[in-house]
Amino acid sequence: MSVLINKNTPVLVQGITGKIGGFHAQDMIRYGTPVVGGVTPGKGGTEIYGVPVFNTMKEAVETTKAHASIVFVPPPFAADSIMEAADSGIKVCVCITDGIPAQDMMRVKRYMRRYKKEDRMRLLGPNCAGVITPGENLLGIMPGHIYLKGRIGIVGRSGTLGYEAASQMKDLGIGVSTSVGIGGDPINGSSFKDIMELFNEDPDTDAVVMIGEIGGPQEAEAGEYIQKHMKKPVCAYIAGLSAPKGRRMGHAGAIVSSSGESAAEKVEILRECGLTIVPTPAEFGTTVQAMLAKAAAA
Amino acid sequence: MDIHEYQAKEILAKFGVPIPRGGLAYSPEQAAYRAREIGGSVWVVKAQVHTGGRGKAGGVKICKSEDDVEAAAEGMLGRRLVTNQTGPSGKGIFRLYVEAGCKIERELYLGFLLDRKTERVVVAASAEGGMDIEEIAEHRPESLIRIFVEPAVGMQAFQARELAFALGLDASVLSEAVTLILGCYRAFRDNDATMLEVNPLVLTGENHLLALDAKMSFDDNALFRHPHISELRDKSQEDPRETQAADRGLSYVGLEGDVGCIVNGAGLAMATMDMIKLAGGEPANFLDIGGGATPERVAKAFRLVTQDDNVKAVLVNIFAGINRCDWVAQGVVKAVELAGLDRPLIVRLAGTNVEEGRRIIDESGLPVITAVTLAEAAEKSVAAAKNYKPGA
Repeated sequence: MSVLINKNTPVLVQGITGKIGGFHAQDMIRYGTPVVGGVTPGKGGTEIYGVPVFNTMKEAVETTKAHASIVFVPPPFAADSIMEAADSGIKVCVCITDGIPAQDMMRVKRYMRRYKKEDRMRLLGPNCAGVITPGENLLGIMPGHIYLKGRIGIVGRSGTLGYEAASQMKDLGIGVSTSVGIGGDPINGSSFKDIMELFNEDPDTDAVVMIGEIGGPQEAEAGEYIQKHMKKPVCAYIAGLSAPKGRRMGHAGAIVSSSGESAAEKVEILRECGLTIVPTPAEFGTTVQAMLAKAAAA
Repeated sequence: MDIHEYQAKEILAKFGVPIPRGGLAYSPEQAAYRAREIGGSVWVVKAQVHTGGRGKAGGVKICKSEDDVEAAAEGMLGRRLVTNQTGPSGKGIFRLYVEAGCKIERELYLGFLLDRKTERVVVAASAEGGMDIEEIAEHRPESLIRIFVEPAVGMQAFQARELAFALGLDASVLSEAVTLILGCYRAFRDNDATMLEVNPLVLTGENHLLALDAKMSFDDNALFRHPHISELRDKSQEDPRETQAADRGLSYVGLEGDVGCIVNGAGLAMATMDMIKLAGGEPANFLDIGGGATPERVAKAFRLVTQDDNVKAVLVNIFAGINRCDWVAQGVVKAVELAGLDRPLIVRLAGTNVEEGRRIIDESGLPVITAVTLAEAAEKSVAAAKNYKPGA
């Protein structure tokens, strides 16, 4: 098992006929992801990459029984596509799109609350690399070959930094149960805490690597949850130690605007919550290795 | 994106927020003329720069005559204003705003922000006007009043009334306060602002409310639907390197160090800077070349980073997902061929098509220092920057 997706999770691609959507749809199919169709309004009834294209998500879900979707729709229209997914009965939605207005995301989050918690779609991103359960399902844009199948969960804001961690772990023979990107935007679908709860309950995840960055309250919130409820060891890295206050570092959400949001402060908070700190971004692999050895000895 | 005070006030005025009479001036003569136009006997000359803390830095002058106004303008225009927020190089003063002075009875704080924790617009107010929100939160947290706006329906009149009463405003100005607060909220929401601050909001001697200063920032991601806001951008207030990068679709932040960085992905870019710092060096910049980086884009990034004379070594660190290492390698080779290589270049490639990328670098015959791991790349870059002798 794993969290969010596995080899039996049928996937729809929203924006499958676009250049980027098409590129990654093919990549996911090659990886073995059960892509069952795509949605592009106005192109319904056609076929692409061997799967049917639909006009609406509702029609696509009714026909294919898809459980998950991935959004490659341009920023002005992406929020609308997420809400369409939520309304169609999709349970896990990954939004890759970078550049969605923050107020659009506020409305998306508010809209999703109209569904009961148990029926509510789980949104990952926007502005994330997606989710991968190695060897089973790639619902994202990451290079699949850098992930070894295994028992460590990864959750992070940044795509490439997540790749860095996974590949360092692979070099040491440490595999991944599921790697989850939550994205670099200030208002996102799932928080670190949301994903940590899933890993906590997943029998096939032994430990978790959390990759945070400057800005926002979500790392500290996850720290509090871990301290109180987590049954598994967690290590964390916070990017942006050298980032000056008040400057936006690429991600819309990577900005220190109030106290408690700098890398040094977050590291301190997480340390106090009992997490193992990954001292440098070159030590993801060795830190996880040491943490697992310590857990095995205990 | 930030805008000037006078621009923020023009926006607010359209939403029914009362502002003092004022006018823009680009020269001392124009400033004096504005004062005459406005009338009265007290004026305030305010430097229009994208920073807070103007008053303490000499960017705001109270004047009692037209001659005073002209002299104050003379003293400000063309200078660079250095405040506690601008950094040592300050920001250029090219525009002034001349405003009617007023009698101040009370100074209040009113701010609107996107709150990441609740994912709502939060309205913050305090009877301690003049201080900024950080100072208030630190020194007088008990004076801070917060109201959260339900995004489905927007801010309600009762919430504005609650704020007004909590600020200790008298019933005689209640309807004025409600109009002002709701006007600010609509200006914030309708224009996709990320920050709006009226500080101070004043109660005048004549018992009226007035937005004496105003600051607004906007969501860059939403500018596509607000061309009238994009138009207000003032490039003279930006770091020219960052402007140049943004115009080329690159995300760049200039810093003070000497190791130039070219990285894909914001998280990895920050981590690379952190590694440089931990290896005993200082990064010269943050630069994310983004997802679909073509050889041309890498070449542009290369030129941008090497334009900075402080840079003594350049580190290219690419972990290719959407990117492909062979494309990045082609871009590096192309850039070096075009621009020449006068400083040490360290390249670390990983991910998709990594062997092909490394082969392109090796076969180019360029004097590139290669690294396999992130730690190795950082150490080699810091060492190269330390040993670099210009012109050698």
